[in-house]
Amino acid sequence: MKDSLFGKTLNELTALAVELGLPKFTGKQMAEWLYQKDVSSIDEMTNLSKKAREILSGKFEFGLVNSTKVQESVDGTKKYLFPTVQGKFIETAMIPDDDRKTVCVSSQVGCKMGCLFCMTGKQGFQGQLTAGEIVNQIRNIPEWHEVTNIVYMGMGEPFDNLEEVLKSLEILTSEWGFAMSPRRITVSTIGIVPGMVTFLNHSEAHLAVSMHTPFDAERQTLMPVQVAYPLEEVIREIKSWDFGRQRRISFEYIVFKGLNDSPRHVQELCKILNGIKCRINLIRFHPIPGTPLERTDENTLQKFKDQLNDKGILTTIRSSRGQDIYAACGLLSTKEMLGR
Amino acid sequence: MMPKTVESQNLSVELKEVVITGNEEISSGVHLISWNRTHNFNPGQVVKIASDLTMPPRIYSICSGNDEPEIRVLFNVKEVGLLTPWLAGVIPGMKIWATKPYGSFSDGKKPAWWIATGTGIAPFFSMFRSGISENKTLIHGVRQLSQFYFEDELEWAMGERYIRCCSHEQSCNVFPGRIISYLEEIKELPTDINYYLCGKAIMVVEVRDLLISRGVRYENILAEIYF
Repeated sequence: MKDSLFGKTLNELTALAVELGLPKFTGKQMAEWLYQKDVSSIDEMTNLSKKAREILSGKFEFGLVNSTKVQESVDGTKKYLFPTVQGKFIETAMIPDDDRKTVCVSSQVGCKMGCLFCMTGKQGFQGQLTAGEIVNQIRNIPEWHEVTNIVYMGMGEPFDNLEEVLKSLEILTSEWGFAMSPRRITVSTIGIVPGMVTFLNHSEAHLAVSMHTPFDAERQTLMPVQVAYPLEEVIREIKSWDFGRQRRISFEYIVFKGLNDSPRHVQELCKILNGIKCRINLIRFHPIPGTPLERTDENTLQKFKDQLNDKGILTTIRSSRGQDIYAACGLLSTKEMLGR
Repeated sequence: MMPKTVESQNLSVELKEVVITGNEEISSGVHLISWNRTHNFNPGQVVKIASDLTMPPRIYSICSGNDEPEIRVLFNVKEVGLLTPWLAGVIPGMKIWATKPYGSFSDGKKPAWWIATGTGIAPFFSMFRSGISENKTLIHGVRQLSQFYFEDELEWAMGERYIRCCSHEQSCNVFPGRIISYLEEIKELPTDINYYLCGKAIMVVEVRDLLISRGVRYENILAEIYF
């Protein structure tokens, strides 16, 4: 199987050009074809000499992978299913909202983290995605020219695949790549601290942390990662950073009925987030098969949001999208995996 | 521009040099290393370990009892890993970097089932060595018989409350199959006890789902995943 050009950084493309005896600037030319133009084959890289294209084609393929399934919600949300090189499936969601089109990408096939509320975790860990497979989820959907925002909130824990995630961010934000502003990209983690620190050092993209409860014991029943990386450590690390005026830190909070939606939780959230300029995103729970957890009612959700805002923590409720198309992340690919 | 935090500065705050006192290969590719204990800990807690301050540390469960003079850590050598191949070669007198123990995967006096795969036995062996195994049942799942670490000690002390499941080899007194198969064969699982799970994600997720489907409250299931 040939190696893919798609997913390589400018440095890697330049190095391989030199290795193949091609001019050094071929690397930059390839990057433009790969990440900025509507082509999908090496043959179409027409400012490269015919000989250069032949040499490249002998060893590499362009590397785009088409989706095998797409589902469209009544609200316009689309869910794409992409095959991976390992013969598994990953999900990508495209969420339109007024003049924005947000793409939610996966960073792993399955997940190792085993959160109680997550469908992806039920697949277990199937493998890491390459930077090419991550960026392909944006480049290879019909809306790719209209994408305004990218969130790493699909399948997998991005900081458990740090190297490839950072590479994908480099491709997305570099002038030679997609030239997107890092301020339009959010990477979400459950709090893998070393990965989070490296990300904060090497990328300017926004950070989102899955919190779901401010109490350690409760979080441990929801998220096994709490043992290795307690929330206290995550918060301590975040407090040591100056996020500046433009970079955003947000906390994701799925609201479960009777579990994490009480005034006691509001109080504790205020206490532990004191000193962090942040936002809390409240998320409605999409029930998954066999879950003991329930979605909180709208009245309680609204009240919870108002209480947090009254206490000075900017809090929003994320609108539920694509509920008619297996909206909860992991449902579609798990169904596909089991159906095979 | 935001100020950049130097990663190694963060690490040096918590990592301290400790001197290795032992390194035993207890099974092929599985090592037990030790150093003198400088802090008290609760069984079930973890430590971060690094070879130096330039690399992010890895997290390991403590495998020794809380009244023993040494802290011991059990690990598998991962061929492509950055830390474990080096760690497998440390000898007494060498220094590694380690944090003080932390975390809260701890059991109390309430009856519980401890369920582990592979080196996930470590926190439970720590609990056992700390003297809190009286009303506990330990279920250990492995692929090969040689991976039943500490089995002589556990079998002698826990008797029938120590259950071994082996998926790739067979032996007397060992359930032939995975932990999930063993649990599926039990008609009624106790619902009024705690369950502690430690090991790979897929075991944790499968067992947790099974327990919940059998009426165990999710609040009574605590898990630690090795990733």
